[in-house]
Amino acid sequence: MTVWLPVLLPVLVGVTTFLLGETRERLRVLVNLAGAVLSSGVVIALVVRAYDGAVAGSSVEMLPGLALSLEADLLGLLFSAVATVLWAVTLVYAFGYMAHAENRARFFGFFALCIASANGVALSADLLGLFVFYELLTLATYPLVVHSGTDEALVAGRRYLYYALSGGAALLLGVVWLYAIAGTVPFTPGGALGAVAGRTGELRAIFALLAGGFGVKAALVGLHRWLPGAMVAPAPVSALLHAVAVVKAGAFGMVRLVNEVYGPELATSLGVAQPLAAIAAITILFGSIVALRQDDIKRRLAYSTIAQLSYITLGVALCSPLAAVGAVAHLAHHAVMKITMFFSAGSLAETHHIKRLSALDGVGHLMPATMASFAAASFGLAGIPPFAGFFSKWPLGAGAAESGQVWATLLFVTSGALAVGYLAPFLVRAVRPAAAAREPGAESDPRMLWPIVIVGALSLVLGLLAGVPGSPLDWAARAVAPSYAGWSPW
Amino acid sequence: MNLVAHLPVIVIMMPLIGASIAFVAGPRRAPLVTVATAVLTIAPVAWLGARVLAEGPTRYEIGGWGGPLGIVLVADGLSAAFLGLVAIVGLGVTLYATGYYRVATGSRPGPGHGLYWTLWLFMWSSLNALLLTGDVFNVYVCLELVGLSAVALVTLAEGAEPLRAAMRYLFASILGAMTYLLGVALLYAATGVLDMRMLADSLGPSVAAETGLALMVAALLLKTALVPMHFWLPTAHAAAPSPVSAALSALVVKGSFFVTLRLFLDVMPAGYLGGADVLIGVLGAVAIVWGSIQALLQERIKLLVAYSTVAQVGYLFLLFPLARHGGEVLSAALLGVLVHALAHAFAKSSMFLAAGVTLKRFGHDRIADLPGTARRAPVIAATFALAGVTMMGLPPSGGFGAKWLIASAALASGEWWWAAVVLVGGLLASAYMFRLLAVFMAAPGGRPLPVGGVRTLRTEWVPLALAAASFLLVLAVPLVTRLAEASAVVAQAGGVVP
Repeated sequence: MTVWLPVLLPVLVGVTTFLLGETRERLRVLVNLAGAVLSSGVVIALVVRAYDGAVAGSSVEMLPGLALSLEADLLGLLFSAVATVLWAVTLVYAFGYMAHAENRARFFGFFALCIASANGVALSADLLGLFVFYELLTLATYPLVVHSGTDEALVAGRRYLYYALSGGAALLLGVVWLYAIAGTVPFTPGGALGAVAGRTGELRAIFALLAGGFGVKAALVGLHRWLPGAMVAPAPVSALLHAVAVVKAGAFGMVRLVNEVYGPELATSLGVAQPLAAIAAITILFGSIVALRQDDIKRRLAYSTIAQLSYITLGVALCSPLAAVGAVAHLAHHAVMKITMFFSAGSLAETHHIKRLSALDGVGHLMPATMASFAAASFGLAGIPPFAGFFSKWPLGAGAAESGQVWATLLFVTSGALAVGYLAPFLVRAVRPAAAAREPGAESDPRMLWPIVIVGALSLVLGLLAGVPGSPLDWAARAVAPSYAGWSPW
Repeated sequence: MNLVAHLPVIVIMMPLIGASIAFVAGPRRAPLVTVATAVLTIAPVAWLGARVLAEGPTRYEIGGWGGPLGIVLVADGLSAAFLGLVAIVGLGVTLYATGYYRVATGSRPGPGHGLYWTLWLFMWSSLNALLLTGDVFNVYVCLELVGLSAVALVTLAEGAEPLRAAMRYLFASILGAMTYLLGVALLYAATGVLDMRMLADSLGPSVAAETGLALMVAALLLKTALVPMHFWLPTAHAAAPSPVSAALSALVVKGSFFVTLRLFLDVMPAGYLGGADVLIGVLGAVAIVWGSIQALLQERIKLLVAYSTVAQVGYLFLLFPLARHGGEVLSAALLGVLVHALAHAFAKSSMFLAAGVTLKRFGHDRIADLPGTARRAPVIAATFALAGVTMMGLPPSGGFGAKWLIASAALASGEWWWAAVVLVGGLLASAYMFRLLAVFMAAPGGRPLPVGGVRTLRTEWVPLALAAASFLLVLAVPLVTRLAEASAVVAQAGGVVP
């Protein structure tokens, strides 16, 4: 039953938050923080058990012959831990950021429901459960995207729904179809479709439907257009949902799909992994190049997210064990780095009304701690050692080369250079002398500052400790290894 | 006297007795009588359901007179499921009405208040009879009773528009009943029996019998408002008082659908009326698309919800082309349609009831003039959101379970296009529901919403509870599965789950 808690606790928090209403601020803070800390504790306890090889699972019957099953395996727990722990951090930030906003009960309620859905996506033991929570995630995110209720937000929300619900429909069709030919398909490292591997035509079509469905939230090029618009949401939403929980649900789905539904071997022999890799590669270049041209800070970061998410997709689509390890590690590393950046962007906008890159001159003198954290995250995202990002990009590139796909290695290097290109201007402008006189020494509210410093420091610490058992890299290696028979990271 | 044996009659008589008492008790005490009746009706319905689950389908011969002369009642899993639905939604509607009519009229009971209770219980009793009757002539009687009380209920709303809508409704209702009766006459001339089970045994290739059944089915489709025979539904359902709209959209259309189901699955041998089943499926698909597009274009909430009924009814008819395949496909599709009927009833009644609250609180239900509702009336917004999830067929709602089952039946049969229709219908439903929800989420801007009427808890929380039930209905699917297995047709097909 423990495995349900990471889903049920946030649901409880969300419902309680709705019922408490707008006015009972203190109780709301208490319930949310307690819920987040408790959920994190449960997830960590599950991780410790999974490291010992004990996988907790549980299921309830939903439709005749079909159960909603959860299973706390290492891969799922990695995503769940990232979402849940960062939820706790983001809550502190959000209490500062939203201090004067309207409709806070609604905001924090749906925020908790988003985390519940993300944990459901992470811990689902088969495609049906993953689909169920994937759709719930769409529904729970919508009120947050349109939170301000302005026309701009409503338009962005509508576009988000168009993409997400169409993707959900493709996903549903794929899942129903797969279940119709193969029965329940539990996630099995190395693939679960051996019995029906002969039905190549159908399996190819189903792969396209499923990858298309996950591709919407993973923002593959062509399906990405909702993401930059969704940046109209409040900063904590951009930070936790549009850099971590929602978009990673898509990327995570890709990992499950390639590694644990089809399996790397079948995906390669069917010829479906290679097109996916090609689309992911194009997305990386596209996102990086478009990011270069954005002046709006959040949009620049959004395009960077589009590029970085495809690192994960490309990493698994290469069907090379080392690259897959890098991909899964990147899921955690990118989360920590990108959340730092969105937190910083939110602080800049909220404290100094800076929303554009061109207005950033000299801000490093105003907010040294914020911008230092931003710098740590930038170094990581560009793949500079010893920051966290390096330790996912190295296995990605090495794995690509090892499996003879050198073009992908070159792509990772190029994209690293492009990342320097779109991130360096932030740092260069920040250390310039200010053009106009500004109030000195104006860091943001401590409730916002400390979370930034913590996640910024994590960008470095996770890199420094990458070799330690329990680090995201080690964790990813253990989670991925079973999908590749005969391969061991040690 | 063995009470258990008489349960089917008790289920029909309970609301009828309540209706009589409510009429005599007068407007002041009628609400209390109606609530008591609604609560008391739950018990025999639940008992009957439990008995069907335990012992399988049962036949009851009124006064000990069997067919072909006597009146026969048949209770199987299918009728138990629908009876249970009517009982639960009926209780919700009744509770809501006690608040609604107080809000509507303040301290003094106003127009429609007195007659509502009697007519509503009378319609309830007729519906229960329709769901239990075992011969095709009594179906006609029940259809007339349901139809006439429904028309009377629509006229309880004030103004000229409801009267016009009710006249149109009456016209459609009588046209349907007469066509049905004509069909019964032809069928009787050809076979000499009216009892459904005897008909099933004696139906052979006969032009008269086929024509008769075709007329009966056509009449039932008109009553269920299958496109293009839906012309009467949107205005009637939108113009009626909200507790009436809820009962009409959620329950009454399901009654005539239930009879269609009986005729196709229990009475007609496989392949009878060749081609009609596919034609009906195509019309269902057209209904899903056409009704959804119309819903998308409506300016008022109640019309949007009414057109949504036109669309959602279409899903029910996807069963018939799939039923041809028999076996597992039939079982999955039947279960899917049953779940859909239940989920739609919960969601649709909650939306009409919530629309009634909107009308009372803001004085209108024009969608464009309701920005900020999520802030001013969060319970109403939450009701529409939860019910909307069922309309869209997203998990974990009953609508999702239904669409999953129908889509997997379609894919298992090889006719994948029905699955595509289901998915497109879900997307269109998302479009019309989110059009409404987006307005609710919008900033109110400079336009303050007028707040009127007295608020009572019942009028807001009853719809929310019904919507929550539809949202979580997937949890009830195991029970519905057992009921479906206890129905006559599935017993022949060999169970729902292999």
